Amino acid sequence: MYPFNYHKPETVADAVALFNDADDAMYLSGGMTLIPTMKQRLAAPTDLIDLSGIAEMTGIDVAADKVTVGAFTRHNDVATSGAIGETLPVLAQLAGLIGDNQVRNRGTIGGSLANSDPAADYPAAVIGLGATVHTQERAIAGDEFFQDLFETALQPGEIVTRIEFPVPTRAAYRKFPNPASRYAVVGVLIADFNGAIRVGVTGAGPCAFRASGLEEVLNQNLDPEALEGVEVPDAGFNSDLHASAEYRAHLVKVMARRALNDLLS
Amino acid sequence: MSEAIAEDTGIGAPVRRREDARFITGTGRYTDDLNQPGQVYGVFCRSPHARAKINGVDAEEALGIPGVLGVYTGTEMVADGIGDLPCGWLVKDKAGNDMRSAPHPPLAATQVNYVGEPYALVVADSLQAARQGAESVNAEFEELHAVVELGSATVSEQIYEGIDHNLAYEWALGEEDATRMAFARAAHVTTLELTNNRLIPNAMEPRACLGVHDAATGDYTLYTTSQNPHLERLVLSAFVQVAPEHKLRVVAPDVGGGFGSKIFIYAEETAVIWAAAKVGRPIKWVADRSESFLADAHGRDHITRAELALDEQGRFTGLRVKTTANLGAYLSTFGSSVPTYLYGTLLAGQYKTPNIYVEVQGVYTNTAPVDAYRGAGRPEATYVVERIVEQAARELGKDPADLRRMNMIQPEDFPYETPVALTYDTGNYEASLDKALELIDYAGFEGRRAAAAEQNKRRGIGFACYIEACGLAPSKLAIELGAGVGLYESGEIRMNPTGNVSVFTGSHSHGQGHETTFAQVVSDKLGVPYDDVDIVHGDTGRMEFGLGTYGSRSLAVGGSALIAAAEKIIEKGKKIAAHMMQTTPEQVDFDDGTFSLQDSNQSVTIQEVAFAAYVPADYPEDLEPGLTEKAFYDPNNFTYPAGTHIAEVEVDIETGVVELVNFVAVDDFGHIINPLIVHGQVHGGVAQGAGQALMEHGIYDEYGQLQTGSMMDYCLPRADDLPDFQVDTTVTPCTHNPLGVKGCGEAGAIGSPAAIMNAVTHALGTKDIAMPATPEKVWRAVRGE
Repeated sequence: MYPFNYHKPETVADAVALFNDADDAMYLSGGMTLIPTMKQRLAAPTDLIDLSGIAEMTGIDVAADKVTVGAFTRHNDVATSGAIGETLPVLAQLAGLIGDNQVRNRGTIGGSLANSDPAADYPAAVIGLGATVHTQERAIAGDEFFQDLFETALQPGEIVTRIEFPVPTRAAYRKFPNPASRYAVVGVLIADFNGAIRVGVTGAGPCAFRASGLEEVLNQNLDPEALEGVEVPDAGFNSDLHASAEYRAHLVKVMARRALNDLLS
Repeated sequence: MSEAIAEDTGIGAPVRRREDARFITGTGRYTDDLNQPGQVYGVFCRSPHARAKINGVDAEEALGIPGVLGVYTGTEMVADGIGDLPCGWLVKDKAGNDMRSAPHPPLAATQVNYVGEPYALVVADSLQAARQGAESVNAEFEELHAVVELGSATVSEQIYEGIDHNLAYEWALGEEDATRMAFARAAHVTTLELTNNRLIPNAMEPRACLGVHDAATGDYTLYTTSQNPHLERLVLSAFVQVAPEHKLRVVAPDVGGGFGSKIFIYAEETAVIWAAAKVGRPIKWVADRSESFLADAHGRDHITRAELALDEQGRFTGLRVKTTANLGAYLSTFGSSVPTYLYGTLLAGQYKTPNIYVEVQGVYTNTAPVDAYRGAGRPEATYVVERIVEQAARELGKDPADLRRMNMIQPEDFPYETPVALTYDTGNYEASLDKALELIDYAGFEGRRAAAAEQNKRRGIGFACYIEACGLAPSKLAIELGAGVGLYESGEIRMNPTGNVSVFTGSHSHGQGHETTFAQVVSDKLGVPYDDVDIVHGDTGRMEFGLGTYGSRSLAVGGSALIAAAEKIIEKGKKIAAHMMQTTPEQVDFDDGTFSLQDSNQSVTIQEVAFAAYVPADYPEDLEPGLTEKAFYDPNNFTYPAGTHIAEVEVDIETGVVELVNFVAVDDFGHIINPLIVHGQVHGGVAQGAGQALMEHGIYDEYGQLQTGSMMDYCLPRADDLPDFQVDTTVTPCTHNPLGVKGCGEAGAIGSPAAIMNAVTHALGTKDIAMPATPEKVWRAVRGE
C-alpha cells in the first residue's frame, strides 16, 4: 500500500468537499475491492475518504411498495433484516449469497454498486427490480446506472447515498457462483410486477443488464417451458478461465429457468 | 503398554493435540512473529517475463529512496562465491548418464526463466521503503520465446545451452521386453491418456525467513519456514556456501503447513541470510500470497499414456506407462526424484501385475519449479493405476471391485517383490476393500443412482485401491539411487534430574501434531506421565541432526528413533537401578516406569533413577552420570500404507457442477498412536485430493504468465464443498519398525483423486475428462463434446 491521507467525514457534504480538495481522492465504503487493490499497489489514491461515519447513508426503510436501503448498509444487515425478509425477500436472499460471511460483514451495497464489478450480485437486483440509485445530486434509474466494465453513470465525486427498490408481486434470484471467488459467473433475478416481468442479469456481460429477449418471452408466457426455445446470444459476453461466453449464455438460461421455478413455486 | 496410561494418553488414545491451544488462540510463534533488534525488511524483484535475458539491473533510483539500505543482485552473489541451488537427487537416465541440471542461481544474474523468479533483493528499514525500492529497480530485459506447454516442450525452442530437447532425463524402470511380450499375448488391452493437473500448494502460512548475522562471532541464524531445518543448514553450508555449517543455526519455529512446499531450499532464504551479513542488520522477508503462487514449488503436472494388458480371465499381465513430467524451469531440491523413484516404483499398486515398464521424460519449461507436494509421485502413480484398472473393468463389463479383488496381492504373498523395485512387507488389501464396500453400501448404489436421476442428476461411483511408500529408506539404497542425503532420523531423550523428560527429534512438525503423538509414544515407552514429556524440534542449535518431515516419515522413522533412544535409557537405567537395589542389571525388569528386582518386592521408579543419575552420591563406579540418550534410526525398508477409497458424485447435467456426495476412506496405517490425529490427516488429505479432482489447477497462458495467481482464480476446496467423510481403518502392523506404524500424512491425497475421477467418468459414461472436473468441462462432456 502506498501512503495516503485518511479522512472520516460525518456528512455527505463534507465528504464531497474533501474529495474536491484532494489531488486524487477515493471514497472508501466497505473496502472489499478497494483495500485489496491498494494492498496490491494497483490503486494509489492521495486521499482516502472513509464513508463509515456518515449517518445519513445508513439505515433500512421498508414501506409496502418500496424498500430503501442506505448506501452504507452492509450485506449482512440486508441479508438478516426481518423487514426486508418479509417485504422483499429476494433482496435479503441475494445479499446472503454475496462472497462469504467476512465479506458480508464488511461490504456495502453502495460500494458494490459504485464499483460495478461485472460479477457482483447487487447489480442484478438493481436492474431486475428497476431500482433507483440516489446520489447527493440526483436520482439515477437502475437501467441507466451500469454502463460498462467497472463503469457507472456516477460522475467524479458523486456518492451513492441510498437505493430505492420497488416491491414486486414476486421475485426470485439464482446464482451460479464461481467456485473460487464465489462471485456470480452468472446471476439472474426475475421480478413480476403485476404481470410485467423484468429480468436482471449479472456476471454474463461487462456489466449487469436487462435480458430483454427473456423478458419478451416471459411477458407472453410466464412458464419455464417457454424458455426452452429461447436463444441467449453470447455476443459481448465475458469469457475467462472459469466460463466461456457460450457457457455463460447457457447458464443464463438455466439460472433463469430455475429462478422462474422458484418464483412460481 | 500400561493400561492405566492407555485409557487417556497412551498409545492408541485419541488425545487432543496439545499444540492446538496456541495455534487457535493466536499465540503460536511463527517466523513472522519473531523480531530482532535493528531488523530491516527485504523485498524481491521478480521477473515479469517467463524467459528473458537480463541485460542490466540499474539500482540507482532504488538506492535514492529514503530508507533503502541496499540492492543485491545475482551478479554480486556470484562475485561473493555463493553457489547455485542444488538438486538433492541425481537421477540417471536410461542410458546411465547423469540428468542434465540447469544452473539454478538463487538470484538470476543473466537470464530469468519463469515469471516470479527473483533477480534482486531490496533491503530497507521499512517494508514500505523496501517495496518502493523494489518497484524502482530498473532491469533491462530482452524477452525470449517462452516454452510453456508441457506436451510440446521437447520439440520447442531450447531453453538452456547443452540441454537438448529441454529434457533433464529420460528415465525408465522395469523390464521393457518382458512387458512387450505380455502385451503381445494379451487377450485385452486398455489404453488411457491422462493428465495430472498442476497444483499450487498454498500452505496457510506463506514462506518467510529472518536472517541474522552476528559480526562479533561470525555466527549466522536463519529463522525460516522449513520442514527440515538440518537439511536447510546442510545445503546452505555445503553447497551454496553461505556460511560454514558450524556457524549457521537454522530454526524452523511454528510452521503453518507445508505439504511438501517447505521441504525445499529456496532462493529467498539463501539471499536473505547472505545479505544480512552484507547489510549488517537482521533481514526479514515474508512472502505475500501472490509471491507464494508464483514462486513456491508447484506440484504434479504430468501427461501420461498408460496401457494395461489382461488375460481372458481379467488378470493383469502387463502395464506400460509413458509419462511426460513437468519439472518447471529448474530442478528444485527433490524435483528430479518425484516423477521417477517416487512414481514409477508405485505402479504395481496393490496388484500382482507381473510385467511393468515405465518411461518418464523429465522436461524443463518456463514455469515455476515443480517438486514434491503431498503424496509426491504416489498420487500420480495411483491415478494411473486406479484409473486404468477401473476403465478396464468397464471395457470388460466386470464389477470394478471384483476385477481388483481378483488381481490383488494376497496376505500370504508377503513379503512381495514388485516388478518395479519395491518389496512390500505386509498388507491385507481385501480387508480394506470389504470394509469400504460395506461403509459405502455398495449394494444400495443403483437405488441411489435412480433417485438422483429423478432429480435430473447423474450419480457415479468410483474406486481407488491405492498403495503408497512412506519413510523413504534405507539410506544406503536411496543414496545408491541418487539421493544426496541419508534418510534416517535422530532422536534424543533427556531424563531431567527432577524426573520429567525433554525429547529432541530431528523430525519437524508443521501441523502434524508431533508434540502430542511423540509425547504419547515416549510417555508410553518410559512409563512417565504424558504431561511430563516435552517434544522439542525444529532447531539445529538444539538437536544434533535430523532429516525433517516429508513422505509421511515422522512416526515411522522419527518415532522409531525415539523408541531406540528410550531403550538405551532403560538399559542404562537398569544399571543404575541395580546399583540402587544392590543387585545386577540382569536381575532388573522394567515396566511402566518402574525398575523392579526380579522375585522381590523391591523397586525404584524411573524418576528416582534419573535423580540418582544426576546426583550420583551412591552410584556405579564404572558408569557415567546423567540419563540422556540419543539414537539414529535407519529403516531397512519403506512402509506401505494402503487402503480403499470410494467416492460417489452427482453431476448436475444442466450446469456441469459435480458434487462430491459421499466419500469413504478405509486405510491401513499399521498401528495407530492417535486416532484423532490420523482421522484429521485423512480428512485433510481427502479434501486436498478433492481439490485436485474438482477444483484446483495451476494454469499458465501461452506467454508463461500465471493465470491462477490468486484465490480469486485458483480454487481451493472449502468445508461446504465437501461431504462428511466416512473414515475407518484396518490394521496390518508394519513388520520392520518397532512401533508397527506406516504413516498417514499423504494417503488421503493419494487415493482420493482417482476415486473421485472414476466416479465422475462413471456418472458421465465417458472414458476420461481431464482433472480438474470443473463445471464447463463437465457440461461439455455431458453434451458429448
